[in-house]
Amino acid sequence: MRNIIPVLAVTAALIALWYAAVVPMNAQWAQDQARRAGTDLTLPALIADTMSQQRPRLPAPHQVAQELWNSTVVEEMTGRRGFMNTGSLSNRSLVYHGWVTLSATLLGFAIGSGLGIALAVGIVHNRAMDASVMPWAIASQTIPILAIAPMIIVVLNAIGITGLIPKAIISTYLSFFPVVVGMVKGLRAPDAMQLDLMKTYSASGPQVFSKLRWPSAMPYLFASLKVAIAAALVGAIVAELPTGAVAGLGARLLSGSYYGQTVQIWSALFAAAILAASMVALIGVIQRATLRRMGMAA
Amino acid sequence: MRDTVTAPVISARGLNLTFQTNDGPVHALKDVSLDIAKGEFVSFIGPSGCGKTTFLRVIADLEQPTGGEITVNGMSPDAARKSRAYGYVFQAAGLYPWRTIAGNVKLPLEIMGFSHAEQQARVEKVLELVELSGFARKFPWQLSGGMQQRASIARALAFDADILLMDEPFGALDEIVRDRLNEQLLELWARTEKTIGFVTHSIPEAVYLSTKIVVMSPRPGRITDIIDSPLPRERPLDIRDSPEFIKIAHRVREGLRAGHLDD
Repeated sequence: MRNIIPVLAVTAALIALWYAAVVPMNAQWAQDQARRAGTDLTLPALIADTMSQQRPRLPAPHQVAQELWNSTVVEEMTGRRGFMNTGSLSNRSLVYHGWVTLSATLLGFAIGSGLGIALAVGIVHNRAMDASVMPWAIASQTIPILAIAPMIIVVLNAIGITGLIPKAIISTYLSFFPVVVGMVKGLRAPDAMQLDLMKTYSASGPQVFSKLRWPSAMPYLFASLKVAIAAALVGAIVAELPTGAVAGLGARLLSGSYYGQTVQIWSALFAAAILAASMVALIGVIQRATLRRMGMAA
Repeated sequence: MRDTVTAPVISARGLNLTFQTNDGPVHALKDVSLDIAKGEFVSFIGPSGCGKTTFLRVIADLEQPTGGEITVNGMSPDAARKSRAYGYVFQAAGLYPWRTIAGNVKLPLEIMGFSHAEQQARVEKVLELVELSGFARKFPWQLSGGMQQRASIARALAFDADILLMDEPFGALDEIVRDRLNEQLLELWARTEKTIGFVTHSIPEAVYLSTKIVVMSPRPGRITDIIDSPLPRERPLDIRDSPEFIKIAHRVREGLRAGHLDD
């Protein structure tokens, strides 16, 4: 509990800074409007106006918070197409769009982590893979995802694969890499002495893996999964951008920018950030529980 | 037919081992010949680089000799390792932090495919042997260094190999703990009648523990003296003040010094 005070202090400072920036960013528009209407703005009226515009350059924090609340709880509880009225999620709510993105993220994350672990196992156990796979894995991450995402979507679309899978593949593309790097390091964590000990038992390859390498790699696995799931979310959002997707947080960002709905953009951004933070936190909880059960409470 | 009672458990003839390094070949072992009989406690003592650890590792099939012959239980080291002829204790306890003490001792038993009941029984037996019975469910970090090393000895004893190879097992521990562990090791040796190969830096430790002391010297790694200890098998700690003890220690020291004079 002692470390909650610094966290709150930093948050408060950031919000204060944000509010301070809102006034100069939006003042121009407020003054133009006032001049056209032939009225004079007092300073308090100017400040009040910058905080409550429909399409501000920089929305105020409370506007974003309000939009987040309205487009989740209010929309689903009372909206005409909301969950309470129709029994299904409203396509105007961030819950719906968040879920669309989240499902692609989770699928991509699952495939990506599986692929990453499999590649790491191969790299650690096979000399040829050790020499050949890693350079390609690194090269794959130097290609801007924004450049390759449309290609993947177009190619998959041409062979009739649309919807969730192409987005998940782009998530996979971003999320396998940290898992490969982390798990190669983790599976190589046992030192020469521990490997010698296994040799004195005449342990088989699979035994060395399951009893020594795999448990040694656990802390590394969780660290890389945290990076991977955040990367998977970025991949899913980016995958929604170039394709004119109609659903998902990426689609919300896109439509917000088409119509100058800055408040919508910012609330979608915050929804994405909250989603990523909760998933990382969830992995953190699983990590603590697992390591504690293994006696390696960190 | 060979007489299995008197045939040496470990027999090395003209053993050579050369490591190829970037600075040229390093002679880790040169013409090492040694017989170790069943039930002996043999210490290898010498300065760093004298090949004492290398020799132990050759016995354990962790290094391959480049010349000469060695048999363990009448077989090649490779065959002996596969028939689980020895338990090996390293300088560091090397317990798995994710396993309890009992879990660590069980590790070789799981790998060797002992039944569940047998695993349980053996773990209890060896933990009692190293006086760690009450600590089966503790994790390694909850134990002191000396206790961890005892657990690693229990792990090496668990599958009941006839030979116990120990590479400076108490090197990292303080003198008081070391004395106590030396006493316990002698008791354990008396109870289990194992053949023990023991690498050490310490003259008192070597003399106190061994029935045979092998003095080695470096560059190239070789045996300079083999001392059969006249001390009785029953050894209280204060035997170290006896004239016999001091005489052997003196001879070991002379042997070590002679090895260094060649430099």
